[in-house]
Amino acid sequence: MKYLVLMAYEDEDAWDTLSAEERQTYFDAHDAFDRAVRERATMLAGEALAASSAATTLRRVDGRPVLTDGPYAETAEQLGGFYLVDAPDLDVMVELCQLLPPSYSVEIRPVIAIE
Amino acid sequence: MARAADEALAAAMREQWGRLLALLVAQFRRLDLAEEGLAEAFESAATHWPSAGMPGNPPAWLLTAARRRVLDRLRAEALAARRLPLLVVDGEVQQAAKRTMADPGGIVADERLRLAFLCAHPALRPEAASALTLRLVLGVPTADIARLFLVSTSTMAARLTRAKTKLAVAGVPFVLPQGEALGERVSTVAEVAYLAFTAGYAPGSGADVVRTELAAEAIRLTRVLRELMPGQAVFGPLLALMLLQHARRDARVDDDGALVLLPEQDRTRWHGEEIAEATALLGDLDGAPSKDAARYVLQARIAAEHGRARTAADTRWDRIAALYGDLERLTGSPVVRMNRAVAVAEAFGPLDGLELLNGLDGVLTSSHRLAATRAELLVRAGDLRAARSAYDRAIALCGNDAQRRHLGARLAAVDESLRSGADSHS
Repeated sequence: MKYLVLMAYEDEDAWDTLSAEERQTYFDAHDAFDRAVRERATMLAGEALAASSAATTLRRVDGRPVLTDGPYAETAEQLGGFYLVDAPDLDVMVELCQLLPPSYSVEIRPVIAIE
Repeated sequence: MARAADEALAAAMREQWGRLLALLVAQFRRLDLAEEGLAEAFESAATHWPSAGMPGNPPAWLLTAARRRVLDRLRAEALAARRLPLLVVDGEVQQAAKRTMADPGGIVADERLRLAFLCAHPALRPEAASALTLRLVLGVPTADIARLFLVSTSTMAARLTRAKTKLAVAGVPFVLPQGEALGERVSTVAEVAYLAFTAGYAPGSGADVVRTELAAEAIRLTRVLRELMPGQAVFGPLLALMLLQHARRDARVDDDGALVLLPEQDRTRWHGEEIAEATALLGDLDGAPSKDAARYVLQARIAAEHGRARTAADTRWDRIAALYGDLERLTGSPVVRMNRAVAVAEAFGPLDGLELLNGLDGVLTSSHRLAATRAELLVRAGDLRAARSAYDRAIALCGNDAQRRHLGARLAAVDESLRSGADSHS
C-alpha cells in the first residue's frame, strides 16, 4: 500500500538556531528512516520543502485565478517535507515513521488509485 | 414451522454473528466482504429456512453461504482487475465449513480475539473502537450502542461506517500486536468488554430490562481474554465486576417483567456461586494494579459490598461512598459522581447527595438516570414538586420500556402524595 508521509512542525525558524550536532541528529534520523524503508518497504520519493513563507497559493475568486503569498492553510504546524512509501500495511508504516525526528507531527495518508 | 425458523434464526444471529464474522475475516482478510457476505447469508437463511426447514447444522450452513458469497465477490474483483480468478470447488467449501463449526473452540477463540484487537487499533479513535467491537464481535444492535454512548442512532451508524472505512483504506493489518503495543491495545479491549456487558445488564433500548445472553457473552469474552493473556492484570478484576453484577440477574426483574431495584431485590435469587467466584478473584490480586485495573478493582469492591450484605439494610453505604470517592478521584467521571451521590445520600442523607449532583446537568444532558436519581433524592428530602418535574424529565429521556414503566410508577406515587397534601414544601 502506498502512503504519503507528511512531516510537519511548528517552529520553522528553529533550524537556524540549532547547533551542528543538533542538526546532525535530524540527518541521522532521516538516514535511519531511509535505510529502514529500503529494507522493509519501498521508497518511492522524498523531499525537504522550503519554508511555508516561500510558498505561493493559487485559488479561484469569482472565477478568476488569484495568487497569494504563503501556504494554503494558516496553521501553527506547517509542512516541512514528505516521503512517498510503498509499505505492506499501516503498522509497518507507523513503525518506520517512529525513526523520524521526534519533534515532527507525522501524518500518514494512504494513497488511492484513481481508475 | 416458520415461527420456529424465525426464532432459530434470531438466536443464531445473537450467538453466532461474532464467531462467523471472525472466521470470515481471518480467512479472507477483508472486513467489508466478510460483513456483506455474512449479512447476505443471514438474509438468505431468513428466506429459505421457514419454507425448506432448519438445516442440520445452522452455523455451518451460514458459514458456507457467507463464504460462497465472499468468493463470488473476490472472483468478480479479480476479473475486474484482469487477474486469474480463484478456482474453488464448491463441495470443498461445504466440507470445510462443517469441519470448522464442528470444533469451533480453539480456533474461534483466537480469531475472535484477533477481531477484538483489530477493532481496538489506535488508528481508530477510542469511541469508534468500542462501538465497532460491540457491533462486530458481539453483534450488539447499532441503536443500543448509540444509547450506551449517549448519541443518536444515525450518528452511531455514521461512526461505525467511518471506522470500517478507515480500517480498509488505511491498510490496518489483521494481526495481534506485540510487545508494548499489546498492553495498550488490551486496555481498549477491556473497556469494550465492559461496555458490552453494560449493554446487556442495562440495555438502552427496547423492551427488555436485561439481556442476559449479551451479558453472558461479554463474560465469556472476558474469560477467553483472561485465559489467552494471563499476564494482563486487568481481566481478573473486570471479570469479578461482571460476575458480581450478573449474579443479581434473576432478582432484577419481577414476574410481571418490571424492574426491581437493588434495595427491593430478593437476595435469595442472587447467584451465590458467581459472587463467591468474584470474591475469590478479588482476593487473588497481587501488587499495585495499573490505572486500568485499579478502576475495575474499585468498581468490583463496590459491587462486592452489595454482594455481601444479606439484606439491603445491612449494606455498608459508608464504605461504598468512600470507594466511589476513590473512583471519582481516579477517573473524574460524572457518572461516578452520580453514583457517589446516591451512596452519600444513603449514608449521610438526601441533601448531601443532592449537593453532589449539582453541576452535572451540563455534562450529562441526555441521561435519564441523572434526572431519575435527582428525583429519588428530592422525594426523600420531601420536595415533591421538584421531584415530579425531575421524574417527568427522566421519563422523556428514557429509551428503555421497562425502565420507563418503572419511572412512570414512581411519578404516579409522587402525584398521589401531592394530592394527599404530603409535600413539605407547599
